[in-house]
Amino acid sequence: MRVVLAKPGLDGHDRGVKVVAMALRDAGAEVIYLGLRQTAGQIVSAAQAEDADVIGISVLSGVHIPLARQIREAQQAAGVDDIPLVVGGTIPAQDVPALTGLGVRAVYGVGTPIKDVVAGVLALNHGDLNDRDLNQGALNHGTLDGGTE
Amino acid sequence: MITTDSGIPVEPWYGPPEEPGPPPGQPGEPPYIRGPYASMYRERLWTMRQYAGFGSAEDTNERFRYLLSQGQTALSVAFDLPTQLGYDSSHELASHEAGRVGVAIDTADDMAAVFDGLPLEDLSVNFTINATAPIILAFYIVAAERRGVDPARLAGTLQNDILKEFLARKLYVFPPQPSLQLAGDVVEYCARELPRFNPISITGYHAREAGCDAVQEIGLTMAAAIAYAEHFTARGLAFDSFAPRLSFHFSSQLDLFEEAAKVRAARGLWYEIATQRFGAANPHSGRLRFFSGCSGATLTAQQPLNNVVRSTLQCLAAVLGGAQSIHVMGYDEALEIPTEESVRLALRTQQIIAHESGVTRTVDPLAGSYFVESLTSELRSRALALVQEVDAGGGYVHLLEQGVPQRWIAEAAYRSELAMASGERVKVGVNQFTGGGEDHPPRLFEVDSAAAGQQRARLASRLSGRDAAPAARALTQLKEAVTAADANSMPAFLAAARAGCTVGEITDVLRAEFGEHREPPPW
Repeated sequence: MRVVLAKPGLDGHDRGVKVVAMALRDAGAEVIYLGLRQTAGQIVSAAQAEDADVIGISVLSGVHIPLARQIREAQQAAGVDDIPLVVGGTIPAQDVPALTGLGVRAVYGVGTPIKDVVAGVLALNHGDLNDRDLNQGALNHGTLDGGTE
Repeated sequence: MITTDSGIPVEPWYGPPEEPGPPPGQPGEPPYIRGPYASMYRERLWTMRQYAGFGSAEDTNERFRYLLSQGQTALSVAFDLPTQLGYDSSHELASHEAGRVGVAIDTADDMAAVFDGLPLEDLSVNFTINATAPIILAFYIVAAERRGVDPARLAGTLQNDILKEFLARKLYVFPPQPSLQLAGDVVEYCARELPRFNPISITGYHAREAGCDAVQEIGLTMAAAIAYAEHFTARGLAFDSFAPRLSFHFSSQLDLFEEAAKVRAARGLWYEIATQRFGAANPHSGRLRFFSGCSGATLTAQQPLNNVVRSTLQCLAAVLGGAQSIHVMGYDEALEIPTEESVRLALRTQQIIAHESGVTRTVDPLAGSYFVESLTSELRSRALALVQEVDAGGGYVHLLEQGVPQRWIAEAAYRSELAMASGERVKVGVNQFTGGGEDHPPRLFEVDSAAAGQQRARLASRLSGRDAAPAARALTQLKEAVTAADANSMPAFLAAARAGCTVGEITDVLRAEFGEHREPPPW
């Protein structure tokens, strides 16, 4: 399973996204972390190039709804809106319906146990017709054109 | 084995040490382990300084007036992300972020509006600003000039610690070397023109919030202080000309004794570094003063009222450690920026500790505790070992460029998450004691969705109302100043601020000259 993780927007809090990346790696997923200040276009192109099974974003500056909307729109424009998008960060419960209404598949607010995040992301792998199994688990970092190094 | 939060083994009980170390001395005297001042809180309480800012300059001005009316003794400005990263509110990347996590500042006019009617000459103001610190300082000086206040009377602190942005906070713009050059320009200018201003606050807080432990927090902070001091002295500044105005910023978390011991250790360590490594002749050059920010990372979204208790313990740890100024988190900050009610409670937390608990009546009340003295000594020697590891690895800036300490922090964060998942680390209301019914969800701060649009309209009217030629000339002169070999760029930043140039315009000049930093791979 391949997971593309990114920090969209201008927020610099990357503790959470790195912890999630390491936990997914230890659960056997291949993680491509794109880094900070990624635009919707960059995230979606990387997800395409990496053949991602899931896209995860982390937002702690309160603008998760407009950023998730931008990414969903970019996914639709690129014809890859079937890649599940999950969102983590400082997200009040009252914002969850708006996010799921945009097509966000799971929301992991502050305080979500790490094992719930991992189980939730892994469960989103079911739609993969190739039925790729979990592999060794790896952490990569993406480049702007979506390749890994 | 029972250990402190940073892994120091803890014995069942403590007695006199087998090999007594050097005596900690007296408060207000070298090596300042017991505090930077002889009388500490008996004469003057710490500065109560809640970090605040959101929406427009007027919104923030109103919050500042409220805080001052409630007994807060100084201000601390939170800037929005576009301001911190050098984008105008009209920039595409600012469309949703303008005014969101701090106040939106585009021009010196906005800064003047933030402080409208507030007594600049009597206030101490902290500015949490780093990559764009020279711009924000220039705007503040210009705001003072317009009010007829002599800039030499301005007091406060500019965070201006760009190295910890690369390390942990991540709001860098330019690569490390030109960033250090700008930080040095600010420090040099303030040493000359703003004698009451702390031109840099060297910060371990964000590394700690990002996941490192107390030993790494003080070790990395000392490594950063060394890197700055080396950079400033290399450009010709005498250590004793800037060191007395260096300030520090630490986190205050929940391991009460370790946190109090941590800052005692940091004071001793900095005195040793200042005198032995930099040959300080002025004893004040080695006198560490610090601001303590209580910890947002320890707060929980579950049962948020529990955070009031956590913040109280953290504030107490900062007081027992001898902080010069303190911010207490709002209990709702795991979810949203704090409401007025929540910041009032945070301020009241400080006031209750200050005026009702009695802990201020004597200086350094934990001194002489076998346990606390042992922790102080152990934290100091472990942090010193980390400083030596950084030296051996090629120095702090080099390691930052390679992403090495960033990886230390991420690994520590992951270990602490795993310890929570396994239940080895207890978090009340999260992984234990979770029953008993849900708290009522707090009434969260309501974000004004119109604020960003209003700020864009205000910027547009300022741009159309200004004289274009002087603004363009100021930007050209700024470009020359930042590329000139020996010139201090602050006068050029001030000229640009007076000419009505915007944060985005000024930062674009710097981006064109310096380029933008790309983070090294995190693994």
